[in-house]
Amino acid sequence: MTSTLPDPMLPQLYRVQHVRREIPDTFTLELEPKDGGEIPPFATGQFNMLYVFGVGEIPISISGDPAKRRPLVHTTRAVGTVSRTMSELKPDDVIGVRGPFGSHWPIKQAEGKDVVIAAGGIGLAPLRSVMYHVSSQREKYGKTVLLYGARTPADILYRRELENWRAHFDLEVYVTVDRVTDLWRGSVGVVTQLIPRAPFDPKNTIAMVCGPELMMRFTIVELEKRGVALENIYLSMERNMKCAIGMCGHCQYGPNFVCKDGPVFQYSQIQALLAKWEV
Amino acid sequence: MMQTLESILAEHPFFKGLDPDYLELVTGCASNVRFDAGTYIFREGEEASQFYLIREGKVALEIYAAQHGSITIETIEAGEVLGWSWIFPPYRWHFSGRVFEPTRAIALDGKCLRTKGEVDHDLGYELMKRVAQIMMERLQATRIRLLDMYGDNPGGRL
Repeated sequence: MTSTLPDPMLPQLYRVQHVRREIPDTFTLELEPKDGGEIPPFATGQFNMLYVFGVGEIPISISGDPAKRRPLVHTTRAVGTVSRTMSELKPDDVIGVRGPFGSHWPIKQAEGKDVVIAAGGIGLAPLRSVMYHVSSQREKYGKTVLLYGARTPADILYRRELENWRAHFDLEVYVTVDRVTDLWRGSVGVVTQLIPRAPFDPKNTIAMVCGPELMMRFTIVELEKRGVALENIYLSMERNMKCAIGMCGHCQYGPNFVCKDGPVFQYSQIQALLAKWEV
Repeated sequence: MMQTLESILAEHPFFKGLDPDYLELVTGCASNVRFDAGTYIFREGEEASQFYLIREGKVALEIYAAQHGSITIETIEAGEVLGWSWIFPPYRWHFSGRVFEPTRAIALDGKCLRTKGEVDHDLGYELMKRVAQIMMERLQATRIRLLDMYGDNPGGRL
């Protein structure tokens, strides 16, 4: 019997529709299937493998709105060979896409609860889809708080959307930066300092955290101090994902494969691993 | 119903859970204050005679550097405490406090509190514990910022 499911190792061809420079080292790619076909549905927090032909393939979280599947949206930083080459793509260039892969943010479990979304730096990209979802279905959620930390005001990602969300009466958006320039009149300090300020009921909260691993570790400490149960804290891990289907072992993290069992983990699942020097 | 100074102090995180007798003593050193955006509550080098429990608004701790102008170190916001220079000699501000957003606060007279803490060491110890907690939290936040988590080279290792 032959399977009708697409081969997860076979990239589908996508045409670059638009490349947007978000901040100096970070860009967003908007992609459409080259053959005009359907874009597979994805869940918040999942990722795709994006292949720049002749250069290499990297995992990137999907940062678009899950309710609007077209175009397929990814935001990433130009830090390595593949992502730097990707940042130079032009409209109509063609790349390969495999996915979506991995676990997703607990948006169903969060229904009826307060939602704390804590992001640091580029970590806002994998959480943007959660903001889209929660803001479009506000009646299903309690207080929703976005806590975002960036290095400087010039490094604030999705600035226009942050302003739009902040303008909603039913969303709380707190942004802070580590270092400032003259004209900034917002908060200055680390993202963890926003946690005591934020209005949410820690006993009835689901927290979703994404950012550099150090940022996530300190954020968890503050969430715990505030009274959020560890099993209600979720984080998105970043590891060296290659096959994306749990076969190659590149992203093995203790007993887990980040590509298959993650990237979104319940904190209590990986608590012991986070503190280890070598996993 | 108008809130009394004592009830406002009791609700502020800094004094939460303080013995009611001590709260009454502390209230004797407190006053309500408001500051407009752009004004300086205090300037670097001035005598630190008070500290502030912020109820609403945003205050930037700044330092002035020639050729760089004023540099914001940190912002202090609702529920937080502005200033600890009142508790340690030489009682001078190390930074300036500039109001970013209209701010309502409770000002506490440092000398008044120090005197009461010297007379009643239990109160003095209680105040010290609370100030130490704030200092610890700020120190931790400073350490995290030193790591430069969002940079390409967290911790500055090559």
